[in-house]
Amino acid sequence: MTAAHEGRQGLEVELDGLTRVYGSLRALDDFSLRVQPGELVALLGPSGCGKTTALRILAGLDQQTSGSVRVGGRDLSGVPANKRDMGMVFQAYSLFPHLTVLDNVAFGLKLRGRSRSARTERAREMLELVGLHEHGDRYAAQLSGGQQQRVALARALAIEPAVLLLDEPLSALDAKVRVQLRDEIRRVQLEVGTTTLFVTHDQEEALAVADRVGVMNAGRMEQLAAPIELYNSPATPFVASFVGLSNRLPAEVADGEASVLGQRVPVLDGSVTGAGLALVRPESISLEPSAEGHGTVVAIGFLGPVSRVQFTVPGQPEGAEPLLAQLASPDATALRPGDRVDVRVDPAPVLVVAG
Amino acid sequence: MTHSRTFRILRALGLLAFGAFFFVPLLALLDFSTQVPGDAPGRTWDAWTYMVTDERLRSAIVASLLLAVLTVTGMVVLLVPTMIWVRLRVPRLNRLVEFLCLLPLTIPALVIVVGITNVYSWVYYLLGGSPLTLTFAYVVLVLPYSYRAIDSALAAIDVTTLAEAARSLGAGWFTVITRIVVPNIWGGVLSAAFISVALVLGEYVFSSLLHFDTLPVAMAAIYKSYAQASMAAALASMTLVAVLLLGLTFLGRRRERKGMA
Repeated sequence: MTAAHEGRQGLEVELDGLTRVYGSLRALDDFSLRVQPGELVALLGPSGCGKTTALRILAGLDQQTSGSVRVGGRDLSGVPANKRDMGMVFQAYSLFPHLTVLDNVAFGLKLRGRSRSARTERAREMLELVGLHEHGDRYAAQLSGGQQQRVALARALAIEPAVLLLDEPLSALDAKVRVQLRDEIRRVQLEVGTTTLFVTHDQEEALAVADRVGVMNAGRMEQLAAPIELYNSPATPFVASFVGLSNRLPAEVADGEASVLGQRVPVLDGSVTGAGLALVRPESISLEPSAEGHGTVVAIGFLGPVSRVQFTVPGQPEGAEPLLAQLASPDATALRPGDRVDVRVDPAPVLVVAG
Repeated sequence: MTHSRTFRILRALGLLAFGAFFFVPLLALLDFSTQVPGDAPGRTWDAWTYMVTDERLRSAIVASLLLAVLTVTGMVVLLVPTMIWVRLRVPRLNRLVEFLCLLPLTIPALVIVVGITNVYSWVYYLLGGSPLTLTFAYVVLVLPYSYRAIDSALAAIDVTTLAEAARSLGAGWFTVITRIVVPNIWGGVLSAAFISVALVLGEYVFSSLLHFDTLPVAMAAIYKSYAQASMAAALASMTLVAVLLLGLTFLGRRRERKGMA
């Protein structure tokens, strides 16, 4: 929890032991999650991991096979979607085509019996919040994809929802708009303080906007942690490989330390003892040109401020993928394929898994 | 866009040919319906006024128009909520509903009538002999065409997402259907309605074999004694349908423009 949430009136969300079975498929398998009031939790995972199912069960658009959903202490089992007060933004464009932008945003308020003037005022306020107050008279067909999703966000927030649910809201957008809108979603969410669940398969998106990220796999929560903790201290091999890139380096673990490429590195909880594979981030590896070095540069990929260098070390299995190091571009561009390098591993804690 | 001269000439010729194909028979109808019976010279509107003055023809026209209204109402009430509900809640029944709706198209009208005659003796017994009881049969008869029109309108929008968005905002199922889905498939519902009107105004087999006096039946009967009046009625009903269809086209265009920049 960061200081930004103190004094907010968001509600707590508790998903407890949720299981959802479709025929022979367990989309959710005893899934639990507790979201603090005003917090933004991102559910991250590959497609089919159950993240959207969890969101839809919370919204009341799907029914759990077992388990419970509580929001602000109130049990929502058996409460239909339209009585749950959830603001939802969908992956597919969902603005009502026959209504203007303003009427779209005011729709939920109209259903709640607010007067025309009250709902128009609130709708304008919400459009202002997402920077589209001048587009109130337009129709969805006249807006870009990014604008439509902003209106959808304004519409979801207009009803002052108990929880804001974002179901891959950026997936249909261009890369540039995606980054812009993702930051905007975070700004708006901090401003209104609504407890938010954000489902995405894009790790960068999840790490950038969330207070905490829950990594899901096969209907279960692998790890729920702040982005930086998730990145630096992955709890499981799945998290380590799904979030960010990881090299798998042969390691020997003893007394809480691993020997990796001849260097001593502390290990994280959950590591094996004895022989294993250390999951090392590319940015934790540095390469120094050296005629006696045992690493060999294979290729250099320029990414702007940083570059990724592929290299090999002796003892790698035949046909294995080259290893990756991430270096500052000036250092990387000094290297050439075929150069010999010294390979150094930062003494940051690593997870060692069974080989 | 620039079109070559040849293209424009060909296009004009095509339009002309199509116009002639469409309008010459109508003009011939108009010409014939205003002739004085028995090869006498001159023009007369007698045949047209006959539609109102003749008791049998007038009541047949009224019956057909009422049948059109009732059939459209029945079709809309039966089909629109069913199709939306099936799409939203029980998509696996989609095929079955489609099959049922298209069935009347695959069975010749004559066969249906023969089968339905027994049912109609019960209808006669329970509801009396008004031609308006034909509504039941006509609703079934227009199902295939209406189904197609509404189905394509539904396919053009993301019904599921729109419904889920509306529900998350607090809309119950009734509100979802009436305030969100129907307004967005209104064009399809309208064309289903107009196709139904056209079908009902031209339907002969059912009403004739079940002995009801609707416009086509009366027209056929009068044709033998007063052909001009029969032609006038034919032209009038065709004009009505044409006006409805033109209206539909323009209505559709206006809605389209509203939705665009």
